[in-house]
Amino acid sequence: MDFRDTSAEAAFRDEVRTWLSENLVGEFAALGGRGGPADERGWDTRIEWERTLGRDRWVGMSWPEEYGGRNLNFSQQVIFNEEYAKANAPARISFFGEGLFAPTLIAYGTHEQKSRFLPKIQSVDELWCQGYSEPDAGSDLSNVATRAVRDGDEWVINGQKVWTTLAHRAQWCFVVARTEAGSTGHKGLSYLLVPMDQPGVEIRPLRQMTGSAEFNEVYFSDARTSADLVLGEVGDGWAVAMATLGFERGTAFMSQQLAFQRELREIIEVAQGNGRSKEATTRQDLADSYIGVQIMKYNGMRMLTDLVSRGVIGPSSSIGKLFWSNWHRTLGERAMDVLGTDALLVASEGNGEYELEDFHQIFMSSRAETIYAGASEIQRNIIGERVLGLPREPR
Amino acid sequence: MNFAFSEEQDQLRDVVRRFMEEKSSEEEVRRLMDTEVGYDPNVWAQMANELGLQSLHIPEEFGGQGFSFVELAIVFEEQGRRLLCSPYFATVALATNAILNAGTSDEKAALLPGIASGETIATLAFTEPNGRWDADGITMVAREDGGSWVLDGTKMFVIDGNNADLIVVAARTAGTSGEAGISFFTVAGDAKGLTRTALATMDQTRKQSKLEFAGVKATPLGAAGQGWSALSKTLDQAAVCLSNEMAGGAQFVLDMSVEYAKVRVQFGRPIGSFQAIKHKCADMLLEVESAKSAAYYSAWAAGEDNEELPVVASLSKAYCSDAYFHATAENIQIHGGIGFTWEHPAHLYFKRAKSSEILLGDATYHRELLAQRIGI
Ligand SMILES: Cc1cc2nc3c(=O)[nH]c(=O)nc-3n(C[C@H](O)[C@H](O)[C@H](O)COP(=O)(O)OP(=O)(O)OC[C@H]3O[C@@H](n4cnc5c(N)ncnc54)[C@H](O)[C@@H]3O)c2cc1C
Ligand SMILES: Cc1cc2nc3c(=O)[nH]c(=O)nc-3n(C[C@H](O)[C@H](O)[C@H](O)COP(=O)(O)OP(=O)(O)OC[C@H]3O[C@@H](n4cnc5c(N)ncnc54)[C@H](O)[C@@H]3O)c2cc1C
Repeated sequence: MDFRDTSAEAAFRDEVRTWLSENLVGEFAALGGRGGPADERGWDTRIEWERTLGRDRWVGMSWPEEYGGRNLNFSQQVIFNEEYAKANAPARISFFGEGLFAPTLIAYGTHEQKSRFLPKIQSVDELWCQGYSEPDAGSDLSNVATRAVRDGDEWVINGQKVWTTLAHRAQWCFVVARTEAGSTGHKGLSYLLVPMDQPGVEIRPLRQMTGSAEFNEVYFSDARTSADLVLGEVGDGWAVAMATLGFERGTAFMSQQLAFQRELREIIEVAQGNGRSKEATTRQDLADSYIGVQIMKYNGMRMLTDLVSRGVIGPSSSIGKLFWSNWHRTLGERAMDVLGTDALLVASEGNGEYELEDFHQIFMSSRAETIYAGASEIQRNIIGERVLGLPREPR
Repeated sequence: MNFAFSEEQDQLRDVVRRFMEEKSSEEEVRRLMDTEVGYDPNVWAQMANELGLQSLHIPEEFGGQGFSFVELAIVFEEQGRRLLCSPYFATVALATNAILNAGTSDEKAALLPGIASGETIATLAFTEPNGRWDADGITMVAREDGGSWVLDGTKMFVIDGNNADLIVVAARTAGTSGEAGISFFTVAGDAKGLTRTALATMDQTRKQSKLEFAGVKATPLGAAGQGWSALSKTLDQAAVCLSNEMAGGAQFVLDMSVEYAKVRVQFGRPIGSFQAIKHKCADMLLEVESAKSAAYYSAWAAGEDNEELPVVASLSKAYCSDAYFHATAENIQIHGGIGFTWEHPAHLYFKRAKSSEILLGDATYHRELLAQRIGI
């Protein structure tokens, strides 16, 4: 047990710091740490910043070198993320591509598929979106009804996806579709890679409770993709889809607590400014949030140590997901408590738009976090059944 | 970065776990909690002679083995699983740390070897009838009388106060308040003028005493009037030890709940298949794992003796207190009627959790302390 950097780790940390201090300047630095994987604040500048990262292979840093990565191990990724957060660098936008799709591609893709897609993710020329959920397939993803049928050397896709975040920004979508006619449940599904810019794909924005429209409905009407753009075996899409979910619940959010720490600091500063930090209940709340975010860090380090020694996270990643999403939701509520009457107004100066400042953004967007990437109830089922071995509920 | 126990530490855990299973069975716990001394002297001797537990983190120069708080934390976690009835917490977590933090080299050389060998049972008398855990709670006055120090007043909730051969006492010089003027003294358990009364404890597995001092002659420990920083550090270290003990207890009751939920059938199905029970268990696991993370990390910080210790000690005490109590309460609920009986062990853990929560300051107290320590 030792939480200090090894000398190699310290050297790597230096390298990251130096890179950030040289590159995170001007309009990139001005962005601060604002934004999230699913919000579009400062989009164009963030894209430029992301390309700067990609140019120097900080996008895809964990990938094998033959695909342009740095082959960094988990500790190095954590160090990078720590320094990145300390430097208050902009929120990343390649969450779906780099965070979810790329690790799945590396695990299941052919050499051709990896060579085709990874470089474009790294150069930020292609963004991805996640085509899982449908009107009748939310938590019960195995109920997907979107169909794909072979037509020569193409798949022809019909059906509807919903809640597809940033579909309107993405060039590609990884789609879970039914490729075996008449199949039900987990069987007969495939994981298709579908270009978004084609006549058969229609994207309709959905406005969220935050007022903005980051997610969408996506309609496939005879949309097409090449026959070789199936990840994993045809009919084996469930396993591939679950692998992505594993990354979504595990590594993709491992550094989440770093951004959370900054948010908590900002809330504490406001409480100190308006005097609420002198109230006993507020002090209790803030200390409790502090405890939570530190424990997230400790849990993360334990998970990481496990990951390094055993290679997989497994279902215990559900503990992390359940923890951070609930913690963040509570933080949002506490941010409103700290604001007091200021919470009644969404922006300090009205311009007729419904635009959220940071605390309201936390307050509202955190409501989605206990729903997506597996709702809290589903996480508790997974923990109960797959970690604790309790009997399954009847299905 | 590496958040794993070493192979040697895992071996230590195995050995201590087997020992606790054998020596601190539920039957033994029930037998001992009904006695006034509340521990088994043979087991105490075996802990010292066979496993060397009392000497674990005492430096070698004072008769110990020189291990760190991480090893100590393992021992506390394993004891917590089995509700070991023993003056170990009082002796090692409280008195030994107080002596290590406050004593001069000569004082350590005089006091620690006896503890390390298991000969001396010791405790720290610090809390008073006012029930406070901070510096202001110490009102007992130490006065100099003809070249020697004399103590008058009452100490309360003194853990294993009746068992202790050696009592480390925190008192203050007249006319001082707050953190200034606090000094440590040592007093023999059978000192003249000391009246010890065993208290009727809600949690019967850990004994407490009222100690009334009437002109008791006391030996100074460390520099006079400079005791607060050593005491504050001792309380942080003890909070770390207790957090690990609580994490162990919490894991144990979670296992108990899960086992029962798998086998208890109602409505034709194991109750663990109902989400109302399954989700409770899932939440308990989240809290138990988090409690362990906090407890282990705080043990590392205590071992490093770094500037993080005050913050992580309070953090860990607050979190583990809540998590342990919550787990023991849910454990009763999951067991239904049987969980409410005297015969079932659920109440033993429930009571231990509550008393451990209050001991050294409850979660509310430590959250406030944490707020101060992180500058809110
Ligand atoms: C902001 C946001 C962004 C999203 N982005 C994407 C995206 O990019 N791509 C994508 O594919 N999807 C996305 N989603 C969809 C998300 O994955 C689904 O919302 C989620 O899987 C839940 O499905 P549902 O909304 O249909 O709710 P339902 O599954 O209908 O659930 C409703 C309620 O019932 C509970 N419930 C369901 N089943 C059980 C059960 N077995 N036991 C107990 N309780 C149960 C749920 O926990 C929930 O509380 C996004 C969602 C949000 C909110
Ligand atoms: C102090 C006391 C006095 C009592 N006095 C009497 C008395 O005078 N006469 C008498 O007849 N009985 C009496 N009882 C018994 C009492 O009615 C039962 O304890 C109660 O019905 C629960 O049954 P159980 O103990 O078998 O627990 P179980 O039914 O085994 O329940 C165990 C756990 O599983 C949960 N559970 C069970 N089924 C479900 C489900 N479908 N969904 C979700 N969760 C479920 C329960 O909520 C509980 O948390 C008394 C009990 C107590 C504690």
